[in-house]
Amino acid sequence: MDRDEVDSSIRVLLEPFNRKNVEITAATTFAGDLEFDSLTVMDFVAAIEDEFDIIISMNKQAEIETYGELVDAVCELTKG
Amino acid sequence: MSEGVNQADRPLVRDADQSGQPRDLFSKFDDVIHTRETLLASGVEDPFGLVMEQVLSPTRAICNGRDTILLGTYNYMGMTFDPDVIEAGKRALDDYGSGTTGSRVLNGTYAGHKAVEQALKDFYAMDHAMVFSTGYQANLGIISTIAGKGDYIVLDIDSHASIWDGCALGNAEVVPFKHNDIVAMDKRLGRIPAGAGKLVVLEGVYSMLGDIAPLKEMVAVARKHGAMVLVDEAHSMGFIGEHGRGVAEAQGVIDEVDFVIGTFSKSVGTVGGFCVSNHPKFEIMRLVCRPYVFTASLPPSVVATAATSIRKLMHGSNKRAHLWENSKRLHGGLRELGFTLGTDEPQSAIVAVIMPDLEHGAAMWEALLHEGLYVNLARPPATPAGMTLLRCSLCAEHSAEEVETILGMFERAGKAVAII
Repeated sequence: MDRDEVDSSIRVLLEPFNRKNVEITAATTFAGDLEFDSLTVMDFVAAIEDEFDIIISMNKQAEIETYGELVDAVCELTKG
Repeated sequence: MSEGVNQADRPLVRDADQSGQPRDLFSKFDDVIHTRETLLASGVEDPFGLVMEQVLSPTRAICNGRDTILLGTYNYMGMTFDPDVIEAGKRALDDYGSGTTGSRVLNGTYAGHKAVEQALKDFYAMDHAMVFSTGYQANLGIISTIAGKGDYIVLDIDSHASIWDGCALGNAEVVPFKHNDIVAMDKRLGRIPAGAGKLVVLEGVYSMLGDIAPLKEMVAVARKHGAMVLVDEAHSMGFIGEHGRGVAEAQGVIDEVDFVIGTFSKSVGTVGGFCVSNHPKFEIMRLVCRPYVFTASLPPSVVATAATSIRKLMHGSNKRAHLWENSKRLHGGLRELGFTLGTDEPQSAIVAVIMPDLEHGAAMWEALLHEGLYVNLARPPATPAGMTLLRCSLCAEHSAEEVETILGMFERAGKAVAII
């Protein structure tokens, strides 16, 4: 799966969590722009993990602040 | 005081973005400070500043000047005033002094520490027992030490702060799953790379809502994936299970659990924490577990009271039965009154009453206190899903009449603040 495919899959998964219809760019932040609280993060991460059959540990999540970083991380985790 | 002096006394709040100066380290607490100030400005009694001036019994105290029924302690089995327990503590004070002034691995292991560990081994019928200075340190120490770099910890998202802090102190990969969700746990365990060490961390009773974990199923799933299992039974010890060993015993899987974590500060009625295990190499933990090594051991009087209490809890089946009666009556009575509760059925000695918001919760808490009843007001981040809760924890020493009195207090307070 290339980066564009990962990107478009994640965009679909993000939709129900993007309650204020914030425009999503690589620089969009989850805590700031999307106002994700810890429970939303858990549900959103679980949706991505199930879609790509990967684990995004809390340690990894701590390094991810923006949408672009998330797409990069999922690309990396699905490579292996 | 002059205006000039007043100005100089005001703490400087610096903002790095504007001035390039370092930011005030306390600015990160501004939201919490604001929430607290708003709450207190409404005139409510400070829910987090209660003082018990006199403690009359496990279930009664003088709180902020009022004679109060205690329904918010973890004194589930009412052991704090047990005459044998008190006597053991006094004797240990006389015989061994007030404190050990040292680590367990140096000068801090007295006969009493070995005796309380033996009491735990007998209580749980396990090979090894290790006593920590608090329950918090037991989780902190065991979790951070056994799960290291490259290992995976799979844990329930509603885990206690001491479990999360144990994860944060160690170097393992931390993977949470949705509360009590067996399928979510199974999936995450299945995705862990082959060869990695796996530790599943669960609790018997989750203390905020008082609900229990489906340990039978979860332990089986963990075993299927070759994971070790740690269960925190802090809120079930002494009460749940035939011998009071906890939810894992009640569900018939305690032999499949590698580590049981517990505390002396609930049913046992003093302070301290422990881990019991049958792992053949368990004793090495005493040398490698930093929250065990680098702190002073418990005072002799504390371990003496704990050992006496634990041995008495082995024969506590009548008290356990009465506590279940209390829990069922309070749960059913509150439901009849129209309160929203954290569980459909009583599952533990904790009955959580869900409040619509912090303002109503604080008002209800205060109305109950004025009625002469103390409960815990619990709010985020301690609670799941941003809930405000009034947490009632019952004691085996609450009489049936006292439970009826408590229900009457809830009815009057609930109507006064328009929650029911």
